[in-house]
Amino acid sequence: MSVAAITSHTTSTEPPRTRRGFEDWLPRLVLAPSFAALLVFVYGFILFTIYLSTTSSTLLPVFDFIGFGAYSRLFAIPNWTVALKNLAIFGSLYIILCSVMGLFLAILIDQKIRAEGLLRPIFLYPMALSFIVTGTAWKWFLDPGIGLEQTMHALGWTSFTFNWIKDSQMAIYTIVIAAVWQSSGFIMAMFLAGLRGIDSEIMKAAQIDGASTVQTYRRIVIPQLRPAFLSAFVVLAHLAIKSFDLIIAMTNGGPGRATEMPSTFMYSYTFTRNQMNIGAASAVIMLMMISSIIVPYLYTELRGEKK
Amino acid sequence: MTAQVSTIADTRSESSPRSAPRVLLYAVLILFAIYYLLPLFIMVVNSVKPLSEIQGGNMLSLPAQWTLEPWQKAWNEAQIGVQATGLQPYFLNSILMVVPAVAISTILGALNGYVLTKYRFPGHKIVFGLMLFACFIPFQIVLIPTARILGTLGIAGTIYGLILVHVVYGLGFTTLYFRNYYEAFPTELVRAAQVDGASFFKIFYRILLPSSGPIIVVTVIWQFTNVWNDFLFGASFSGPNAMPITVALNNLVNSSTGVKEYNVHFAGALLAALPTLIVYIVAGRFFVRGLMSGAVKG
Repeated sequence: MSVAAITSHTTSTEPPRTRRGFEDWLPRLVLAPSFAALLVFVYGFILFTIYLSTTSSTLLPVFDFIGFGAYSRLFAIPNWTVALKNLAIFGSLYIILCSVMGLFLAILIDQKIRAEGLLRPIFLYPMALSFIVTGTAWKWFLDPGIGLEQTMHALGWTSFTFNWIKDSQMAIYTIVIAAVWQSSGFIMAMFLAGLRGIDSEIMKAAQIDGASTVQTYRRIVIPQLRPAFLSAFVVLAHLAIKSFDLIIAMTNGGPGRATEMPSTFMYSYTFTRNQMNIGAASAVIMLMMISSIIVPYLYTELRGEKK
Repeated sequence: MTAQVSTIADTRSESSPRSAPRVLLYAVLILFAIYYLLPLFIMVVNSVKPLSEIQGGNMLSLPAQWTLEPWQKAWNEAQIGVQATGLQPYFLNSILMVVPAVAISTILGALNGYVLTKYRFPGHKIVFGLMLFACFIPFQIVLIPTARILGTLGIAGTIYGLILVHVVYGLGFTTLYFRNYYEAFPTELVRAAQVDGASFFKIFYRILLPSSGPIIVVTVIWQFTNVWNDFLFGASFSGPNAMPITVALNNLVNSSTGVKEYNVHFAGALLAALPTLIVYIVAGRFFVRGLMSGAVKG
C-alpha cells in the first residue's frame, strides 16, 4: 500500500535509477502547475487584495501603506450599510424559504408518487440557467407596466397592484422571490437524497406503533436529516453572499441603490467609482463572511474522511 | 388519525388507491410544477409575439399572431452596446471560451485527482484542502489582481484571458470531482501495474481513464454550465470584443435606449439559455450528480 515499499521493491529489480527517480517525481510535477496556479491566483491574490485595502489606491493600485482607514471609511458609507442590511434580509429569507420549500417538496416526492422522473427535473431545471437569463424573465414579469400587474388587469382584476420591483422598500424581496425560485429545487434534491438514505424499516415501525404521518416526519425523519440541513445551510449561505448576477439583471442595484449588496458594492466602488481601496476592503469583508461558514464545514468534512 | 396512518401504508406499498390525500398530493405537486415552469413559459410565449401584444398587457396569453421576428432580431440585428450585431458574435465568443476552458480544466482535474489519490505524498491533504477552499471564495477578492495580471500578460479583454481565468478558478471543482471518484478506485490495480513497469501516464491512460466515463461527463457538464453562465468574470475582463453571451444579454436588456423590445429580450434570454438547457435535458442526471457532490462532499 505504501509508496515507499513499492518503489524500493522495483528499484531492486531492473529499471535504471535515473528513470525511477524521475518517475517518482512525475506525480508531483504533474500536480505542480495546478497547485502553483492556485497558490498565485487564489492565495497570492487574496493577500494582494488585503494589501490593497491598506493603501491609498483609487483608480490604479498605489503601493504605499496608510493603515486600516479604508475599513472605517467603508463602514461609514451609507451604501455599505444598506448592502449589509440587504444581505441580512435576503440571506435569511433565502435560506429559510429554500430550506422549507426544499424539504416540503422532497417529502412530497418521496411518497412513492408516479411521474417522479418528470417532476424532479422540472423542479431542478432553473439551476442550469444563467441568473442573467432568469433575471430577465423575472424583471419583466414583475414589472408593473407589462408583467403580472398588467396581466391581472387584462384578466379583469383591475385593482390588483404589484410594484415591489419599483419600490425601494420592497425591491429586495423581488430578488428573494427569483432567487428562491431558482435554488429551491436544488435544495429539494439534497433533502431527497437524505430522505432516501433513511431506513424505511424505522418508519414502518413507527407507523405500526400508531404514529401519524406528521409525527413520523417530525420526530423520526426530520431529526435524521441534520447533515442535509447543514449542507443546505452552507450552500445557501455562501450563494447568498456571492449573489451578484441576479441583482444586476433584475434591478442593477436600484431603485436608487435600494438593492445594493456587498457583491455589487464591491464592483461599483472598484470599477466605476474608482475607490479601489474601499472596493478591496469590501471584498475582504465578503471573504471573511464566507470563510466563517466554509472553513469550519470543510475542516469537519476533511477530518471525518480520515476515519 | 386513522386516515393518516393508512396514507403512509398506501404510499409505502406499490399500489396507490385514489384516496383524498393522494389527490391533494398530486394537486400540490402539479401547482409547484406550474410555478417552476412559469418563467420559462413567459419567456417562450412572449418571444414569439409582436411587441404590441406585450405592451397591450397579458403576458400569460398565447400570441394572437405568431412571429419569429424577435428571435431573428435578437440573433443578428439587436443593438448591443454601440453595434447592431445581435447576440450572434457573443454566442460565438462564449463557445470559443467554453470549449477550451472546459477541456483544459477537466484534463488537469483528472490528473490532479489521480495524483492526489494514487501517489500520496506528505501534505497531500493540505494541498487538497487549499484547492477545495478555492472553490468557495467570493471572486470579488481576486478581481483586482486578476485584472492586473491579465494586463501584464497582454491578454486583458481577450477570450484567452477569460479561458485562463475559467481554467484556474475551475480547477478546484474539477480536482474535487476526480479526486472523490478515484478515491474509490482500487489502488491495488495501480500498484500491480507499477510492479509490471507501467509508467505514470500509461497507468492513467490505460487503467483509470477507461473507467472514468461517468465522472468525465459530470465534470464536463458542471464546467460547461458554470463557464457558460458566468457573468462576473465576463463583465470584469472581457472588453467590448470578447464579451460572452451573458454580458451581451445584460447589455441588451438593461441598456437599450428608446423602445424596450421585450419580445427581443425574451428571445435573447432563451438563446443564451439554450445550450445549458439542452445539456440539462439530455444529461440532467449527471448535472444533478455534479451539483450534489459539489455540495454534499465538501
